[in-house]
Amino acid sequence: MATGNSEVVNNAKALSIEVDKMSKLRVIHYINQFYAGIGGEEKADIKPEIREGFVGPGMALNTAFKDEAEIVATVICGDSYFNENIDEVKAEIIEMIKPYNADIFVAGPAFNAGRYGVACGAMCKEVQEVLDMPAVTAMYEENPGADMYKKFVYTVATGNSAATMRKAVPALSQLVLKLAKNEVIGTPEEDGYLARGIRKNIFEEKIGAERAVEMLVKKLKGEAFVTEYPMPAFDKVVPGKAIKDLSKARIALVTSGGVVPKGNPDRIASSSAQNYGRYDISTVHDLTSETYETAHGGYDPVYCNADSDRVLPVDILREKEKAGEIGELYKYFYTTTGNGTSVKNSLAFAREFTKELIADGVDAVILTST
Amino acid sequence: MVKGIEESGIPVVHICTVVPISLTVGANRIVPAIAIPHPLGDPNLSKAEEYKVRKRIVDKALHALTVEVTEQTVFEN
Repeated sequence: MATGNSEVVNNAKALSIEVDKMSKLRVIHYINQFYAGIGGEEKADIKPEIREGFVGPGMALNTAFKDEAEIVATVICGDSYFNENIDEVKAEIIEMIKPYNADIFVAGPAFNAGRYGVACGAMCKEVQEVLDMPAVTAMYEENPGADMYKKFVYTVATGNSAATMRKAVPALSQLVLKLAKNEVIGTPEEDGYLARGIRKNIFEEKIGAERAVEMLVKKLKGEAFVTEYPMPAFDKVVPGKAIKDLSKARIALVTSGGVVPKGNPDRIASSSAQNYGRYDISTVHDLTSETYETAHGGYDPVYCNADSDRVLPVDILREKEKAGEIGELYKYFYTTTGNGTSVKNSLAFAREFTKELIADGVDAVILTST
Repeated sequence: MVKGIEESGIPVVHICTVVPISLTVGANRIVPAIAIPHPLGDPNLSKAEEYKVRKRIVDKALHALTVEVTEQTVFEN
């Protein structure tokens, strides 16, 4: 009898575990090669793969889901591979995740890693559209992926580096659960995501005229107030006029690919650059592995270190100059590292050196990016 | 950086691999490149072939600078 009872208990336990499994929401997680522990830039060209369960940062997410959800599989793809083959990869990953019958797709957090952010946003949008499954990602607001996809995909705001992972995980996991359970999502402030530019009608206690007068009074008093209708930031720049005669044009080279004289004399940081370099190339005809290299982190430096013309085409422009196709290659080139460098810094760098370009009569700029 | 230069009136052509990012940062003349770690080269080719490929991209970029544009334009060919 005693045996029988314990069997019943065991069966009940097994059943409850079974039920538990059934009721947990099924999550698919997307991460890049770096967070999967496969490697850094030298592995950024790996093709997508899928693994059972959580990998890397998925562990913290999975823990944050408690008993409500679990990561059933993790998709891993190299950042360069994704961005260079975006359409094929999206389709391939969709096929990979279909069999898992998941409830929600989550990508990142990508922080300020540009290609990773683009991959996260693009993949979430694709999952929503093709599989009709909710998706959510997380990244820093200046990540280009945020600008491109926040309109389409809930994007939890994070800090600009992985050091903020611990802060990012609770906000991300909460939004994942809310979306998967089809709960009402609050405002961007309430739920910690980047505004999608969507306006919802709500009832206010006071009429518009009253609120407007209150706002005006606050403004006149110099007090803080919050606008109800922020103006969109139009930050397009008018295209410069075309060059009429290239054979008379002075052309400057600029790069965010971090090309520097060997040894990186100005110690430009490999990411989140605080400075830029200006280097005299008036007597340089070819960038070689003995003379130039890249200071850029975040992409495999092997190819640029072997031949920096692959990033900054000094050799070709010298030939064009000699052939009279362009007037002149400007005597300096300007360089910084583009990865993780804030928009504010890049803009400030450019504004500063552009004064020199104008003073020296530069007619046009070729800017290369990695 | 593109915007910081072009707001002065100097035309900029942006050679880059991930065109959507270039569109987001506001480049007006965009020429697609080969790959992220070697936008203007291809280590799989011979030196001579690689030089030709690079020249072709620079040619496109120079051409883009001679074309009047009123909005963001990707110069594919």
